[in-house]
Amino acid sequence: MGYAKQPDFGTPAVRSDRTVTLSIDGREVTVPEGTSVMRAAAEIGGDIPKLCATDMVKSFGSCRLCLVEVEGMRGTPASCTTPATEGMVVKTQTPRLEKLRRSVMELYISDHPLDCLTCSANNDCELQDAAADVGLRDVRYGYDGAHHLGQAPDLSNPYFLFAPDKCIVCSRCVRACDEVQGTLALTVDGRGFASKISAGTAEDDFLSSECVSCGACVQACPTSALMEKSVKEHGKPERSVVTTCAYCGVGCTFRAEMRGEQLVRMVPWKEGKANRGHSCVKGRFAWGYANHKDRITSPMIRDSIDEPWREVSWAEAISYTAGRLKDIRAQHGARALGGITSSRCTNEETFLVQKLVRGGFGSNNVDTCARVCHSPTGYGLKTTFGTSAGTQDFDSVEHSDVILVIGANPTDAHPVFASRMKRRLREGAKLIVIDPRRIDLVRSPHIEAQYHLPLQPGTNVAVLTAMAHVIVTEGLVDTQFVAERCEVDAFEDWARFVADESHSPERLEPVTRVPAEELRAAARLFATGGNGAIYYGLGVTEHSQGSSTVMAIANLAMATGNIGRPGVGVNPLRGQNNVQGACDMGSFPHELSGYRHISDAETRALFESDWGVTLDAEPGLRINNMLDAAVDGTFRAIYIQGEDILQSDPDTKHVAAGLKAMDCVIVHDLFLNETANYAHVFLPGSTFLEKDGTFTNAERRIQPVRRVMDPANGYEDWQVTQLLANAMGLGWDYGHASEILAEIARLTPTFAGVTWERLCEEGSLQWPVNEANPDGAPVMHVDGFVRGKGHFVVTEYVPTDEKTGPRFPLLLTTGRILSQYNVGAQTRRTANTAWHPEDLLEMHPTDAENRGLNDGDWVRLASRKGETTLRIKVTDRVAPGVVYTTFHHPETQANVVTTDFSDWATNCPEYKVTAVQVSASNGPTDWQEDYAGLAERSRRISHEAEGEPAE
Amino acid sequence: MSDTPHSGTLARLIYMANQIARNFCALDHDAAATATADHIAQFWDPRMKAAISGKEADLSDVAARAFAILHEQGEPAPQTRATVFNDADEGGRSDAG
Ligand code: SF4
Ligand code: SF4
Ligand code: SF4
Ligand code: FES
Repeated sequence: MGYAKQPDFGTPAVRSDRTVTLSIDGREVTVPEGTSVMRAAAEIGGDIPKLCATDMVKSFGSCRLCLVEVEGMRGTPASCTTPATEGMVVKTQTPRLEKLRRSVMELYISDHPLDCLTCSANNDCELQDAAADVGLRDVRYGYDGAHHLGQAPDLSNPYFLFAPDKCIVCSRCVRACDEVQGTLALTVDGRGFASKISAGTAEDDFLSSECVSCGACVQACPTSALMEKSVKEHGKPERSVVTTCAYCGVGCTFRAEMRGEQLVRMVPWKEGKANRGHSCVKGRFAWGYANHKDRITSPMIRDSIDEPWREVSWAEAISYTAGRLKDIRAQHGARALGGITSSRCTNEETFLVQKLVRGGFGSNNVDTCARVCHSPTGYGLKTTFGTSAGTQDFDSVEHSDVILVIGANPTDAHPVFASRMKRRLREGAKLIVIDPRRIDLVRSPHIEAQYHLPLQPGTNVAVLTAMAHVIVTEGLVDTQFVAERCEVDAFEDWARFVADESHSPERLEPVTRVPAEELRAAARLFATGGNGAIYYGLGVTEHSQGSSTVMAIANLAMATGNIGRPGVGVNPLRGQNNVQGACDMGSFPHELSGYRHISDAETRALFESDWGVTLDAEPGLRINNMLDAAVDGTFRAIYIQGEDILQSDPDTKHVAAGLKAMDCVIVHDLFLNETANYAHVFLPGSTFLEKDGTFTNAERRIQPVRRVMDPANGYEDWQVTQLLANAMGLGWDYGHASEILAEIARLTPTFAGVTWERLCEEGSLQWPVNEANPDGAPVMHVDGFVRGKGHFVVTEYVPTDEKTGPRFPLLLTTGRILSQYNVGAQTRRTANTAWHPEDLLEMHPTDAENRGLNDGDWVRLASRKGETTLRIKVTDRVAPGVVYTTFHHPETQANVVTTDFSDWATNCPEYKVTAVQVSASNGPTDWQEDYAGLAERSRRISHEAEGEPAE
Repeated sequence: MSDTPHSGTLARLIYMANQIARNFCALDHDAAATATADHIAQFWDPRMKAAISGKEADLSDVAARAFAILHEQGEPAPQTRATVFNDADEGGRSDAG
């Protein structure tokens, strides 16, 4: 594929049921009413010169380059701001227009450095193109007047630069930041000729401003004034490949723009249905980890974790590993073996890992990191709605009137979706936030939550029950919806339960710490404010009552009739890029792909005959139970693909003890992660840029991932799994990921109509793709719930067993921030560290003062489980009694303090509530020091043939 | 190696069973016990199920009854929609995490 820029229609597409037909340069075109003349012309292949217009943002009409003549209209209107009307007759090219355009261009050029030949935007510059389009050959005004030349560039952002002398003050960047990203970081300072773009801080640079480095402004800029540093470094791209971001569950699609095998830049793909041409800092810029010096590309083995690693050939690594696995199976039985699939790998890779475990190892001990994030979503929504995926697509938010965000921080964790949500909020939708912490969304430019209910961590169910109490007792239930769509008996039981006086906001206030009046008002708003949509995240699921909270949310949506049309629904915001896919592919120990229980003989028979194996009919172990069984000696070997359970799972010491007890730990990853400190085999992994396959985002959207460069380690991840399978005698011979996808489709009814070819052609498909939905299914439960009627579930509030007391008086809750991703293995190895060099503990000023602590002090954070040290940030974002931290850096090891309490139904760990104490500290804890020592010893790689340590 | 879990694991399994039972407490005693038994049958690995006799002193009444049901009557039919799974040829539903 050669390199062509993505088409730019000049102004955004308009949605309208009515169309108009007009004539442009003698050609007829029909467009939705409200479309600009510029866009109408572009749709029939025209190209009216333009500078200040781009289809990312609303038109502004400032450059006057896009003038046209319209019959019956006086003067020469700007085509970008003139709506097309019925019967209009437009001319885009006349001698008068040519002359006018040329003088406009002359003015621009006379204030622009003419170093095109050495400019990094050469041949990729709209100013240059426009000059050529209008036939500008020389400039009458001379270059010696006042100009902006010689102003120093702003290099503060690690990924892009701002060169004021190249700026033509078209304000596309300002509008992109306002309209697309919604951060409003940029302004045009001054007027007329003196005007310039400013990031509006005292230092006036990008890094110190509100800028979140999404890159929308860079994409919008017509010149090299805002430009990726990577383009400056590597030159203009020469080809592009469309692929899918490997960071979060939004699933943005990108054009990977390449020069040779060098990735030059990632540009959000305008046709991407999840992101619609936008992205965040991670997807657009944080891909440098692929070439980081820490990346391991040769396989390594060792007999014991006290030994240094020994680099070996692939053949030796694979035969060694298969030998150990076979020995362990012979001695301890198949159920002593297991594996962990990765939510960061492709569907195909995940499918093969569970196939290897079930069909090759012979046990069902396979689990995935969805266990630790959204397993309660599955349980809760399945119980209430009969199906457990989120009910809407992302576009739905454009139709919401009241948005309830609970236990989610979309601006940090799902930034591109947050931008779309913020756009809707700026248009006037109302916002309710239920979160112990004042997340950014509560107050940001032009957005102010109507209600922020800062609840005590661990009381989600109580708060939601109190809201339901208000809705039921004040007669705000949508009785028609309930009567038509839900099981009425169950509703009545539930209504009786929530209406009980003991569930009133006033009675529950001492537990939830949410002022009753506020809660009542929020409940009324949600029930009566129009289309109500609920978005939730890990602050809902990662609790001992995670599943109950999900059911309480579903109850609320059904009681208010907010299901089954655009603008409403229950929307889990999933964490990792392929959490949905990993679950679909049969990564849970009790079920095969497509959510069919392993005990079902018919399902097993289907797989057994296809795979030529016999499957165990009993469910396998979940991650935490694998670790227990390891300590007991009944679980002995694990194959972990693309997960770092030592850092990401709760109660680090318990995880460490489990891993240490195993005879064979196989880590398949890009880096020597923390889990690898306990591993005997390290198999190097490949990045998403080095493989073909598919990811499924939070909307159930299956999207292709494409290989743009060869794997540095020699193999795509599924190929490594295949090598291991074959060494164990399974005889697989997949030649390409598409063949695995074909097997998935063959064995999984929801994927029946999915093929690699179709995905490449159509861009994406939302499952189910089967006979009933040949083209996939965007919104669920439109005419009825997938299985019968909606089911209200009584959700009794059962307080967590993790309690504060005199020794541990504070509640710790955890989260993530925008620039880092999960355990940070990738983002820590990019320039994103400019924004988040370490994990900080947020604490309310009163709590800090009581302890004599100041902002920036080192503190000791201790729970009943363990302790760690980190620095504090004093802020009133958190309520008194609550502290908050992230878990992106291994040095902090926040999970040393988290407990092994978990959701009652799914064992999703309770990350969000830990009783802790915080005190002054002067250095790392013993555990941190011991662990640092162990990590250093454990990461040694011997380069001597004899296996002697090199260091 | 032995097949008996060490005391830490046993305590944890008892805790898990009690916690499941506690969350079904809105149901009456028998229904809660059957729902707990169903949940354990569908989601626990055999060695976990085998580790608990049902006679452990720390088990709650509902949880103890759940194990009695499993031992005497075997797996109950699905008690909540969470334990209704797709059929071999059925697509559409998900209990994705
Ligand atoms: S930086 Fe680029 S987009 Fe922004 S005003 Fe200048 S030329 Fe226009
Ligand atoms: S990178 Fe994004 S947030 Fe920063 S100024 Fe540009 S558009 Fe605004
Ligand atoms: S991390 Fe998420 S929001 Fe950011 S670009 Fe990737 S998919 Fe999009
Ligand atoms: S492009 Fe229309 S006025 Fe600038």
